[in-house]
Amino acid sequence: MCLAIPGKIVSLVPDEPHLGVVEVTGVRRRVDLGLLVEDMPKIGDWVLIHVGFAMSRISEQDATEQMQLLTMLGEGEAAMNEVRGYGLEERGDFRTGEKHRLGTGKTPTVQ
Amino acid sequence: MRFVDEFRDPGLITKAVEEIHRLAQPGRHYRIMEVCGGHTHAIYRFGLKDILPEDIELIHGPGCPVCVLPMGRIDDGLALAQKNGTIFAAFGDMMRVPGTHGSPFEHKARGTDVRIVYSPADALQIARKNPKRHVIFFAIGFETTAPSTALTLMHAKREAIRNFSVFCNHVTIVPAIRAILDSPDMRLDAFIGPGHVSTVIGCRPYEWIARAEGKPVVTSGFEPLDLLQSIVMLLRQLRAGEARVENQYKRVVPWEGNRAALKAMAEVFELRPHFEWRGLGFISQSALRIRKEYADWDSEQRFDVPETRVADPKAAQCGEVLKGVLKPAQCKLFGKECTPEHPIGALMVSSEGSCAAYYNYEYRKTASLVTEISSVA
Ligand code: SF4
Repeated sequence: MCLAIPGKIVSLVPDEPHLGVVEVTGVRRRVDLGLLVEDMPKIGDWVLIHVGFAMSRISEQDATEQMQLLTMLGEGEAAMNEVRGYGLEERGDFRTGEKHRLGTGKTPTVQ
Repeated sequence: MRFVDEFRDPGLITKAVEEIHRLAQPGRHYRIMEVCGGHTHAIYRFGLKDILPEDIELIHGPGCPVCVLPMGRIDDGLALAQKNGTIFAAFGDMMRVPGTHGSPFEHKARGTDVRIVYSPADALQIARKNPKRHVIFFAIGFETTAPSTALTLMHAKREAIRNFSVFCNHVTIVPAIRAILDSPDMRLDAFIGPGHVSTVIGCRPYEWIARAEGKPVVTSGFEPLDLLQSIVMLLRQLRAGEARVENQYKRVVPWEGNRAALKAMAEVFELRPHFEWRGLGFISQSALRIRKEYADWDSEQRFDVPETRVADPKAAQCGEVLKGVLKPAQCKLFGKECTPEHPIGALMVSSEGSCAAYYNYEYRKTASLVTEISSVA
């Protein structure tokens, strides 16, 4: 649980400024951005996520490498389960039709 | 060559290994502690031990949140969960950790409503959806995790969600390092500082280790090259007779830490006068408790906690392994009574626990990467 998961901010949640939607290898979930209020990420930025909270901003290259690292540590699957398990998507989220502006850049994948 | 190819510049890995061999002074034995359990996992996974000179010994530190929790706290948390209508929520890492009367999973099998959550925010979400039930979030973790619990408590208070409380077991890393340095049977030369804890607290809190104890500290990333470069930086300091704090993981760790996270922690938590650690005993000011202002969301202030204290099973040597005095395989139960399938101690449960890491990568000898790296080095 010490290892952090890289994700890309794909949208911000209207009316809930502390929430953002991240995408990790194609899976989208809401995460809390409250720990980054002093340096708020924008759509398209990459962050490291720990227990459902974005804890630091990173570069896209670092994000790719972090995902590779998780895969090599045998934690790629666990990381994706964790992301899928984040329960915050339930209070009206992207699946209710809210549109996303997708940033550019490729999403790192778990092999 | 899979290992080298998949990471940044394989040439740099070879260079770092060569540099380590060059810097290590013949006849000198180096004892370097990696504080963080994530580093322990990576070191075993990548077989780094096998490409380092024999005289560089890596000692596994106490930075595995599940491992350092004494059994009594698990018993206490589960005792609170027995109250009618209570939902006990915890991270997956906790689920198989043995308590006196079984792990959270075993309690679940006997009827306790135990839920795995991946985030404290999810535990709060369960409370929102179950207004008639009380949800206890069993919080564990170092400073990496504590800010997320803090923000969750701030949300709970703001929304006045009354059926939610946190059983707080958050601990702080620096007092544990101090306890290890104070322990008479421990001789260490340098520290690989934690990666993600440092994103929150920054590098300053380690400065006393360099200044007062004369030991170099380098906060490190988790990739093989990160760890090797950190060892190079430590050896350079040792060779020059210096002791400073350096930051190898600059791409993620700001020197001053994360101010917003520190602020959230300070709003919600205060230091406990002392807290018991598995293996290390009571350490003063080494853990966080919830402030009075948040008493309504603190399981310990809201409910009667039995305050169980239990000794570890007699033959289990988790304490010694946690302090770095014994290697995992030196515990009498290792690989016999205690395996990842049937863990007796918490160090065998979590992937960050040194017993589990050693068992999975060394004992089972599944990692063939070692030979691949050696051929590069
Ligand atoms: S082998 Fe099991 S009992 Fe022994 S130190 Fe490791 S976790 Fe504890």
